[in-house]
Amino acid sequence: MKNKKLNSNTLLLIITIVLFFVMYAAGCIVYSDKGFGNIQTFLNLLINNAGLLCVTCGMTCIMLTGGIDISVGSLIALDCMILAVGMEHWGMSAPVLCIIVLLIGIVFGMVQGFCVGYLKIQPFIVTMAGMFFGRGMTAVISTNQVSISNEWFVKLANTKIELPFGAYTNNKGALQIPFVRLTVVVALIVLVVIFLMLRYTKFGRSLYAVGGNEQSAVMMGLNVPMTKLKAYVLSSFLCSIGGICFCLNTMSGNVQQATGLEMDAISSSVIGGTLLTGGVGNVIGSFFGVMINGTISTLVKTNGKLLSSWSNIAVAALLCFFIVLQSVFAKIKEKK
Amino acid sequence: MDNNVVLTMRGITMTFPGVKALDNVDFTLRKGEIHALMGENGAGKSTLIKCLTGINAFQAGEIHVDGINGPVVNHSTLDAQKKGISTVYQEVNLCGNLSVAENLFIGREPKTKFGTIDWKTMIKKSQKIMKDLDMPVDVKQNLEEYSLALQQMIAIARAVDMECKVLILDEPTSSLDDNEVEKLFKLMTQLRDKGVGIVFVTHFLEQVYAVCDRITVLRNGTLVGEYPVAELPRVKLVAAMMGKDFDDMAAIKTDEAADFSNAEVFIDAQGLSHKGTIKPFSLTIHKGEVVGLTGLLGSGRSELARVIYGADRNQTGTLKVNGKEVTIKSPIDAMNLGMGLLPDDRKAEGIIGDLSVRENLILALQAKRGMFRLIPMKEQIALTDEYIKTLQVKTASRETLIKQLSGGNQQKVILGRWLATNPDFLILDEPTRGIDVGTKTEIQKLVLKLAKEGKSLIFISSEIEEMLRTCSKMGVLRDGEKVGEITENLTQETVMKAIAGGGSNE
Repeated sequence: MKNKKLNSNTLLLIITIVLFFVMYAAGCIVYSDKGFGNIQTFLNLLINNAGLLCVTCGMTCIMLTGGIDISVGSLIALDCMILAVGMEHWGMSAPVLCIIVLLIGIVFGMVQGFCVGYLKIQPFIVTMAGMFFGRGMTAVISTNQVSISNEWFVKLANTKIELPFGAYTNNKGALQIPFVRLTVVVALIVLVVIFLMLRYTKFGRSLYAVGGNEQSAVMMGLNVPMTKLKAYVLSSFLCSIGGICFCLNTMSGNVQQATGLEMDAISSSVIGGTLLTGGVGNVIGSFFGVMINGTISTLVKTNGKLLSSWSNIAVAALLCFFIVLQSVFAKIKEKK
Repeated sequence: MDNNVVLTMRGITMTFPGVKALDNVDFTLRKGEIHALMGENGAGKSTLIKCLTGINAFQAGEIHVDGINGPVVNHSTLDAQKKGISTVYQEVNLCGNLSVAENLFIGREPKTKFGTIDWKTMIKKSQKIMKDLDMPVDVKQNLEEYSLALQQMIAIARAVDMECKVLILDEPTSSLDDNEVEKLFKLMTQLRDKGVGIVFVTHFLEQVYAVCDRITVLRNGTLVGEYPVAELPRVKLVAAMMGKDFDDMAAIKTDEAADFSNAEVFIDAQGLSHKGTIKPFSLTIHKGEVVGLTGLLGSGRSELARVIYGADRNQTGTLKVNGKEVTIKSPIDAMNLGMGLLPDDRKAEGIIGDLSVRENLILALQAKRGMFRLIPMKEQIALTDEYIKTLQVKTASRETLIKQLSGGNQQKVILGRWLATNPDFLILDEPTRGIDVGTKTEIQKLVLKLAKEGKSLIFISSEIEEMLRTCSKMGVLRDGEKVGEITENLTQETVMKAIAGGGSNE
């Protein structure tokens, strides 16, 4: 039964994956003298983007329903600020704060999901309000940069998980054991869980149904408002997990933190083959979308001479490329 | 008697703003019967069904379902499904982006012991369902890969598999061809024999008499009566639906066979084609002539019309309009040449639901005149009122949102939209699909009237009889190719033969 036709969505996914490997391979060749080919460079890519990966998984789920969530960047700033100020000024314990942050994510998502699902307000407007609220609250808590020195949290951030393989000697001749941070483990668990959820749970399939044809989903007896509400709760919850990962990387809270992160998440999803109109997409694609985004900025940084803005321009070109590709495929499908 | 009843609706009353859609309507469905629900547009059939399935809330009345104590009020389709009431609608209500198997099982997927979806079982079960219904479908493919007709059958398969006591089929046949309709009927009789009560809403009289046991007739939101099929011959049924003696359709067309050999040629298409949809064809249409296009579903009837209109651009051939050779790049060019196209999919291509009747009506005229030359409100109102009157559109007012109108009335508004542009050439693609007998007759009369005024028309319909009444020439299509033209001896038999192929009229 392996004669399943290659449909255009699978093809898009393959293009994304191939593009990532090509890009990475090109980087390895061009910047081999700067150590781009080291396994640690790849692992750093994961470490730096762990938070974004969590957020993008949630974003993909929402985009599957045909919605969008632009509040995620602000929510991360709020999360980081609560963690930082909570530990440093309020003297609260770090684990408790992490749980509080996750709960805030759930409540945040419930409010947005209720507005989108039950009050039928445009997701863009709802989450834009969420965006302003998040950023505003962050500033209310503190307008200063607050660095975290909490012992438990620092330990968590510095935990190295060394890989049992792939040891190499760097160009200074020292033996390097490749490692990842806890955040990477968390992000990969999120990725796998969401992948399985989308494929094997009723809720996951409902997301596709709602995005494919909302009217039909209603007619087939699915609870559309509830599905949407859950999608926004999931997104904000994953965003809070991402927020903690983010905080473990930056070890500080700052009003300007994660500005524009929502756009990175959306572009990663789109590059990964998720349609803005809903119903089509997969977190595997989103994973590669995040990796492509990360690779571009790593390449620009490794070059060292280019302005960092060039990575924006590269992402813009890629987005264009993928959107055009999607619409070309849609046209071909129609013709058929 | 009472044990046999699976569903009763008593005194159902429901009002939309300004319109009483249902007034004290009763409906009874017994086990193991196919019960036709008949009525003209706006008679309240759809509304009654929506009250039953929980989409509309009714203000008065009671519903009782077999096996449930006390009156039943459904709040959603899901609610209704749980009580054994499943519905298949005219427009396919499935998700094209999901696989066939998922469409069959979504909302009630088989689960593994961990509570996750059991894909293996789901696919196996789906394959069995498709096999039992004799449908050649790969259940793992996305639904959108299949034709509308197959999708409709899959929707029915889904409803059937849900072990329903009451199965509502709301115009399920309007997108199926004869062969598929037959398969559906076979399925319906099978289900009837199993004891399912089936409510069948349709506009095709033949189909009612082919499968139904009982008929309930509604008119203007009130109940006319319930009859066993044997006691209600066609003429009486039509009379009951229309509330007046039937204006015999056969009398519409004047007997004199019109001769167009001397009339001016308006459309002269030579060797037009569009890759993938229609092979090169030639067609001439004279002024004042109605040309029918016939063929099975998907034979290229609509596609041919789309090429002439420029909705699909022709890749070969030449087109002369009124003697002058023209290139039509897009519909706006066609409109400026005096063409109009009434598309067959009025939900997707025709109406804009959130605009009013007036706004929908002036749309094409405004586009033709250009966006910056707004039609004065006075003229808009006058135009709208004129067409509401001449087309007998049933609407609360000219500012009513078009989505609140019944299907047939929406169709009339779209027809009015094109008439307002005063076209010389009009393509009507299934203008009578899903609308009632009375309106059908009106539209056919209108077609003949337009032709008499010297306009040229292409008329596409699945009902051969309807075309025989209006057309003076018929183009026959088969598998994306125009295979013949019938000008003389237009009878049901010759047309059927030509469609089926096998040598005649080639």
